[in-house]
Amino acid sequence: MSARSVSIPEDNFRWSLPARGPVGMWGLIAAESAIFTIFVVAYLFYIGRSLTGPQPREVLRVPIFFTVCLLSSSLTIHFALRYLRRGRMRSFSLLWFLTIALGAAFLAGTLSEWRHLIYDKGLTIGTNLFGTTYYSLVGLHAFHVTVGLLALTTVLLFAFLGHVARQHAERVEVLSMYWHFVDAVWVVVFTVVYIIGR
Amino acid sequence: MATTESIAMPLSDTSPPPLVERLHQWVTTVDHKRLGIMYILYALVFLVFGGVEATIMRIQLIRPLNDFVSPRVFNRMFTMHGTTMIFFAAMPILFGFANYLIPLMIGARDMAFPRLNAFSFWMTAFGGLLLYFSFLGGDGLYGAGNAPDVGWFAYAPLTSQTFSRGHSTDFWILSILVSGVGSIGVAINIITTVLCMRCRGMTLGKLPLLAWLNLIMAGLVVLAVSPLTAAQLMLLVDRYLGGHFFDTQAGGSAVMWMHFFWIFGHPEVYVLVLPAFGFASEIIPVFSRKTIFGYPIMVGATICIGFISMSVWAHHMFTVGMSAAGNTFFVLTTMAIAVPTGIKIFNWLATMWGGQIHFQTPMLFCIAFLFQFLIAGLTGIMLGSAPFNWHLGNSYFVIAHFHYVIVGGILFTLFGAFYYWFPKMSGRMYNETLGKLHFWLFFLGFHLTFDFMHVPGILGMPRRIYTYEPGRGWDIWNLIVTIGVLFQAAGMLVFLGNLLWSYWRGQVAGSDPWDAWTLEWSTTSPPPAYNFASLPEVRSRRPLWDLKHPEDPDWQYE
Repeated sequence: MSARSVSIPEDNFRWSLPARGPVGMWGLIAAESAIFTIFVVAYLFYIGRSLTGPQPREVLRVPIFFTVCLLSSSLTIHFALRYLRRGRMRSFSLLWFLTIALGAAFLAGTLSEWRHLIYDKGLTIGTNLFGTTYYSLVGLHAFHVTVGLLALTTVLLFAFLGHVARQHAERVEVLSMYWHFVDAVWVVVFTVVYIIGR
Repeated sequence: MATTESIAMPLSDTSPPPLVERLHQWVTTVDHKRLGIMYILYALVFLVFGGVEATIMRIQLIRPLNDFVSPRVFNRMFTMHGTTMIFFAAMPILFGFANYLIPLMIGARDMAFPRLNAFSFWMTAFGGLLLYFSFLGGDGLYGAGNAPDVGWFAYAPLTSQTFSRGHSTDFWILSILVSGVGSIGVAINIITTVLCMRCRGMTLGKLPLLAWLNLIMAGLVVLAVSPLTAAQLMLLVDRYLGGHFFDTQAGGSAVMWMHFFWIFGHPEVYVLVLPAFGFASEIIPVFSRKTIFGYPIMVGATICIGFISMSVWAHHMFTVGMSAAGNTFFVLTTMAIAVPTGIKIFNWLATMWGGQIHFQTPMLFCIAFLFQFLIAGLTGIMLGSAPFNWHLGNSYFVIAHFHYVIVGGILFTLFGAFYYWFPKMSGRMYNETLGKLHFWLFFLGFHLTFDFMHVPGILGMPRRIYTYEPGRGWDIWNLIVTIGVLFQAAGMLVFLGNLLWSYWRGQVAGSDPWDAWTLEWSTTSPPPAYNFASLPEVRSRRPLWDLKHPEDPDWQYE
């Protein structure tokens, strides 16, 4: 028996499926959330268990400015996407660039914080448990910001070369989901490291 | 000129392209069927590796005070056997079947993200190579290398630099990290494929059960393999950057690693067994000539298993010493997960009840699975009770229990799946006599090995010992267990021989040799690259039944 085509249609049947991009990104976000959960649990569990100093309260400064930078980049990317959907490319590029600048500022903030901790306070990843959990958790988040920035920059380059247009809004939206996720993770990391842990 | 060309073209097509070109096509492919077959072949190679390692262990234990291998080699063998079988045999083989079957069953032309699919396969493949490269480079290529010897769950502080010198443990960490990325990629792909690529009319209520079970399996991979990835990252920080996550000397916690590992480790059992349930749920109805009994209950039970399996992990840790509240919680969740699993067994039995059962090889393996999985579940309930576990934890009773699950449950349905879908994948029928010979050899070997393995466990034989004193009452049982391995190995050889012989010499199968009902049997065997000439449109769970029996279609009753 050879191949036969199956077609048993139903009358008056509406058929629609979710788009692939967002579903795939939600899967990635779920996996990443599980990874961050483990690091956050380890951080919470090890609070106050370091056998030697320095302790978080002695060395950590709350990075309010850089946090505002990162969180507002969620707003700029949201509006950038709105302009892209309407086809207003100049406004899109501007806001997209602003998003990258805010993300880069946040990364620079992490850099200066680490520099301060390592050179002025002598806290490295091997100093004590606080150092191990702090650099791992904040570093994992910073790694995600870096990956996000690379992806955002790629889109900006394509935009400058004129390869991004209205019809790409759905794809760009998938990237923006990732960026929102990175921002949301920072809210958790900030709460755990700078509020609960300090 | 044009006419001669049009005649010449098909002629040049009939001669196969040169070997290098064909290999190049396989290496660069993004086709879900080719990737699926590559996953399966890759996993079969590792299945043989893992089997050889198990055989070495069993030869060492055949009699007391044997010195077939040294204690260090024995440690490497059980580490490599466990890691290989879970990460590089069982998971890739199941991913391979999922890859091959899901798009065909839901009437799609490929997975949702074909390139991610290829990426995931190659990550898994390189992970396995890294693990086995440790045999050469474990000592840093100074001389003879060595393989990791920390056990497949690699408890801290054994994995610290102090106790694991050289790079063997690093190869173990990296191989699992890399293949874990591949597994998460596959899982995201499966979820997206099932949710977004179904053919017209195939609502979630009409999805073949295999696709449903793989969807839940993929969700578990996303939520369970990720914590393992995180834990491996922490271990790398400890080993390379001087971190203290699992360093008890600096306030770190070794128990933390156990929790992180088993948060992965227990759902992993369900990652492996859910696709096996999927195979049984496809094969049993076809060979009983009935629809599956209680489709919605099957789906509901699967979702229940998915949820509960995330909250049972610490039943691997009763002997570690937890609080009474912790023990009670994990005993209760472990007992609870037996309920949906039991429901499934009754549903399969009810599917067979009153059916016209055809005892062909796939069905034989599935029937054996039903009984063996039941016993595996019963010893699971025994071990899930904390007071019982305090006595038999870390004994050969545990080994016998989980091999009953993985071999008696998962591997048996996998063999069933091989025989059931081999005609679809290769276009040829397997040899039924050899198939039955394989079944009986393996069945006999399995029961010789794993039934009798319970006994030395109850008599107090701990796992992971490289030898034992005579006169403890373990000798005869260990002898029988090792003899069983011979039968299993013989069965395996018959199986591989059957696959090879049938691939070249088997009868041509045709598109639908089983008179089955799901969409993969509507296309040719093997299916063309595009799967379906025109995308199917379905109205019930058994579209091919509707097509063959227009006078009495299923959609009237669903």
